[in-house]
Amino acid sequence: MSRLRCFFAEKGVLEVETPLLSAAGTTDPQIHSFETRYEGPGAAQGRPLYLATSPEFAMKRLLAAGSGPIYQICKAFRQGEAGRLHNPEFTMLEWYRPGFDHFQLMDEVEALVTELADGRLPDVSAKRMTYAKLFQQHLGLDPHRASAEVLAQCATGFPALAGISGLDRDGWLDLLMSHIIQPRLEQGCLTFVYHYPASQAALARISQPAADIPAVAERFELFYQGVELANGFHELTDAREQRARFERDLAQRRVQDLPSVPMDDRLLMALDEGMPPCAGVALGLDRLLVVFNGLTRLSDAIAFPFVRA
Amino acid sequence: MANYSTNEFRSGLKVMIDNDPCAMIECEFVKPGKGQAFARVKLRNLLTGRTVERTYKSGESLPGADVMDTDLQYLYNDGEFWYFMHPETFEQVAADASAVGDNGKWLKEQDSCVVTLWNDRPIDVVPPNFVELRIVETDPGVRGDTASGGGKPATLETGAVVRVPLFVENDEIIKVDTRSGEYVGRVKG
Repeated sequence: MSRLRCFFAEKGVLEVETPLLSAAGTTDPQIHSFETRYEGPGAAQGRPLYLATSPEFAMKRLLAAGSGPIYQICKAFRQGEAGRLHNPEFTMLEWYRPGFDHFQLMDEVEALVTELADGRLPDVSAKRMTYAKLFQQHLGLDPHRASAEVLAQCATGFPALAGISGLDRDGWLDLLMSHIIQPRLEQGCLTFVYHYPASQAALARISQPAADIPAVAERFELFYQGVELANGFHELTDAREQRARFERDLAQRRVQDLPSVPMDDRLLMALDEGMPPCAGVALGLDRLLVVFNGLTRLSDAIAFPFVRA
Repeated sequence: MANYSTNEFRSGLKVMIDNDPCAMIECEFVKPGKGQAFARVKLRNLLTGRTVERTYKSGESLPGADVMDTDLQYLYNDGEFWYFMHPETFEQVAADASAVGDNGKWLKEQDSCVVTLWNDRPIDVVPPNFVELRIVETDPGVRGDTASGGGKPATLETGAVVRVPLFVENDEIIKVDTRSGEYVGRVKG
């Protein structure tokens, strides 16, 4: 932790703290917020509050207010996520760099992770691969253009994936990425996967498509030993586009019969005021402990995992 | 039979896969940070013993298998079936060769076995971890030998053949570990 704080202090990145309880939740249909309730002065009738699934929205409001580069170490909460590499609450490091794009931020992530590894990483620089190249190399298909049927057909070729059905295009992509490609990523070195399909942009910018290049999300993920460690964006700063994505998320939630959550209007207002172009990334610190200490499960890196919390 | 959703998956759960009862061996929650959640499971087919892997979308469910482990007493074998009896209800079940498999050679009358029933039909028989059986045939012992070294084959009353130390003789009762098929020791008669 002290190394981590030194790293940012030397670069002039300010440590901040933002609320873990928020009036708005996460609209992403794949990420579920814990809902709780406040009753007391200021809310006689009580009002719902949501535990942050990441400090992203609040930190972006600080950026829009002119904070400059910031980082935060905090707990993040995700409903319904428990397993070998998941705990419903976990420790997240999130930081934002105004003026950076996702490539510059990948450089900084690599530098920080190498520093934190303290010699436990082999002395080789990180691999960088586009999402498209990975799919081409491992499965021989184009993830930006292949239809859901083609992806489904590819998946059923793997015996371990038998039995699954009813996924949408992104579901099939997630399945192939997490079950087939991720375990086959080169072990022993950090791997950045970047330029995700535009449909999986989340809160990243989407590049303009060129003649023979499809639009891609300016998003990256970091993997080590087949474990997903970090997710970063060249951030979307357009308030109108952000609102449209929130609305699309909520529509999707209705289709899937998932609980509706209020979208973060304060974030939209902040974006409307103007957030500087920036790149941001979230990194799971518990998972970092797992991979650097040769552990196999998150519960080995947490004093009191969820089953004993 | 109830359905089990992926949130109820755990090792030991008995479910139906392709019309066969299976026991879950492992279950892993897999979810990309920003993507679809899955349950990846490893199962053992209780009829064939084979291991299969499956992956499900979170929230899906599988039909449960009516599979029960019961402690039954072994009675006798009529050449085709092995008969077992419930010690309290005296109800009898007959297990065929596919259920008993290799374990038939450890079954001794009166011993209590774990019989797995699927829809009341026996599909697996597990003998006690240790059984005591009489040796019906083995070469004469060699005087002065100790437990060290080679050993010799001995045929037991149930037909099983195990390696025993050279000093063990015909008609002696020995204790055998049925999981490994190894001789454990002599039983003082």
